[in-house]
Amino acid sequence: MGHFHLTIEAFGRRKSAVVCFWVLIALYAAALFAPVLSAYRFDDEDRDYSYCPPTPVEFFDHGQLVWPFVYGRALTFDENHRRIFTVEKGKKYPLEIFSKGRLLTVGAPGRLYLLGADSRGRDLYSRLLYGARISLSIGLIGVLISFGIGLLVGGIAGYYGGFVDAALMRLCEMFMLVPGFYLMLALRSAVPEDFNSAQVYLTVVVILSFIGWASLARVIRGMALSLRERDYVAAAKLMGLSDAAIIARHILPHTVPYSLVAIMLTIPGYILGEAGLSVLGLGIQDPVPSWGNLLSEAMGIVRIQFAPWILMPGALIFMTVVCFNVVGDALRDALDPMLKNENVTIH
Amino acid sequence: MVMSFFTFWLMHATPGNFFDSLKLNPQISAATIASYEQMYHLKDPFIVQYGHWLLNVCRGEFGYSFYYNVPAAHIIVSRLWNTFLLSLASLLLTWGLAIPLGVWAALRHGRLADRVMNVLSFAAFSVPSFFLAILLLYTVRQWGILPLGGMHSAGYDDLSWFGKVIDVARHLVIPAVVLSLASIAGLQRLMRGNMLAQLRQQYIVAARAKGLTEGRIIYRHALRNAFNPMVTLLGYEFASLLSGAALVEIVCSWPGLGALMLTAVRSKDVYVVMAGMLMGGVLLLLGNLLADFLLLRVDPRIKGTRT
Repeated sequence: MGHFHLTIEAFGRRKSAVVCFWVLIALYAAALFAPVLSAYRFDDEDRDYSYCPPTPVEFFDHGQLVWPFVYGRALTFDENHRRIFTVEKGKKYPLEIFSKGRLLTVGAPGRLYLLGADSRGRDLYSRLLYGARISLSIGLIGVLISFGIGLLVGGIAGYYGGFVDAALMRLCEMFMLVPGFYLMLALRSAVPEDFNSAQVYLTVVVILSFIGWASLARVIRGMALSLRERDYVAAAKLMGLSDAAIIARHILPHTVPYSLVAIMLTIPGYILGEAGLSVLGLGIQDPVPSWGNLLSEAMGIVRIQFAPWILMPGALIFMTVVCFNVVGDALRDALDPMLKNENVTIH
Repeated sequence: MVMSFFTFWLMHATPGNFFDSLKLNPQISAATIASYEQMYHLKDPFIVQYGHWLLNVCRGEFGYSFYYNVPAAHIIVSRLWNTFLLSLASLLLTWGLAIPLGVWAALRHGRLADRVMNVLSFAAFSVPSFFLAILLLYTVRQWGILPLGGMHSAGYDDLSWFGKVIDVARHLVIPAVVLSLASIAGLQRLMRGNMLAQLRQQYIVAARAKGLTEGRIIYRHALRNAFNPMVTLLGYEFASLLSGAALVEIVCSWPGLGALMLTAVRSKDVYVVMAGMLMGGVLLLLGNLLADFLLLRVDPRIKGTRT
């Protein structure tokens, strides 16, 4: 069995990591199929349903199993002008499957709120799905960009060593020393406020990868430093291969497994970075949802009491980050034969 | 230094400056604005502006906050102290809890307590600070035991000296806990790993063979060696602390440097942003220096050689 299979097997032995891996796959699949899985478009609003609580799907009517449906909701205000939603038992809206290209939704006057509604009566469940597209893809794209820079800088620094290495590493340290959040703020201020959502998205990605590349470059440089001493690199040099070709063909490919771990462990940082920016209103702008700006509604602590479902995006961010960390950690252990001895106790 | 140039360029590259909003105000004459612009060289090309700023910084002048109408240095220093207080509190909390917990988990390696700690630390490590802050603030609001953000209560000025300290400490609890939790988890895992690595070493076997008590082996021999690599982390810890503090400050409305930076960036208050970045950088350098000195004290082996 090859090294690859051994690694997969070692990874599979960590049950929690396997579960987390599939959770991540499910999340990304959900994001990919958001338009089908969601009940409404992300900006489909109905202000009469502001902060409408979740509408449970009913399977029984008068004790009999029927086609699933939801009850209607009526909005009234109490003496303190607080919203009170009452269930209207008279109005029933049967679930519609694959109508208007959506997996689950209900007929026009009724609204399906699987996870409740936000301030403008938009379906949180649908917005979470659409938000996942942004929040989850920012992590991937951001890490790919900074990984590209990291490979280049780390590969060059590690291969040449000496002065080049020292200069590039000082540059990296400079980026790592600056508190990331301040840099994020400063960079964000350089961008006009009136960008459209696609431009803001790009900006956030670029900002995050601009901050993140340094640590990846250091990891790769460390590996390249030891790889360049290998015999096959010397052989390639003797054969007259150019430096660029040696770096690209004989150094960088060998850093891939460990870079994968580094990537897995840095993606959460990007997701958190986007969320942090968006929570403060500096990232993705409403009406386009991201998990960060969905959570910004929970910044008004008072709202949580009568609409606890607005905490949901935070829980999802948490879940995603945990999964990435667990998978990354398990992958590192699976790749690292040193740690195989950890089971040997000394007591 | 390079950072300062970069920030200045960024702030300059953004369209508009603070006076654009003043120009819209009919009560302020064009002449006043022109004189202001003259005063701060706003009309000059960017390199000249930067030159002026740098010169002034060398003279100890950090420029003027257009937004708050006081010298930038003045406002920064007061905020810096608040951030420093918060960072210090969470640093103490982190190291005070993470080291013992790490050692404890290492000594119970593989047992239930270790596994529970492992799961907990993973969760704590992954929870977004702003989310945790929101959750904590909400819980505290339900219970009504701690103040909900800010730094002082309404009647702060009337309190006695001791009352003031208690008041600030009460406000400090939530942001400090939020800020510490993730680093506690990270450090605890590292400490556990270091401790385990040390306990496998030959000199521990030798110490056991010598008949030393278990307590002496662990605390005198293993702990000292396991602790050394942690000290270098202190410097990096400071960077992430400062960075993380900004977000937590804003969510908990703690009047620190991070919250100040946010308003300054939003209102294009150039000199405050500049001074803030600079102060953040200085704070970081000091943190790293401190870590180096500490390492020198803790680990006699590296005396004389540069780390």
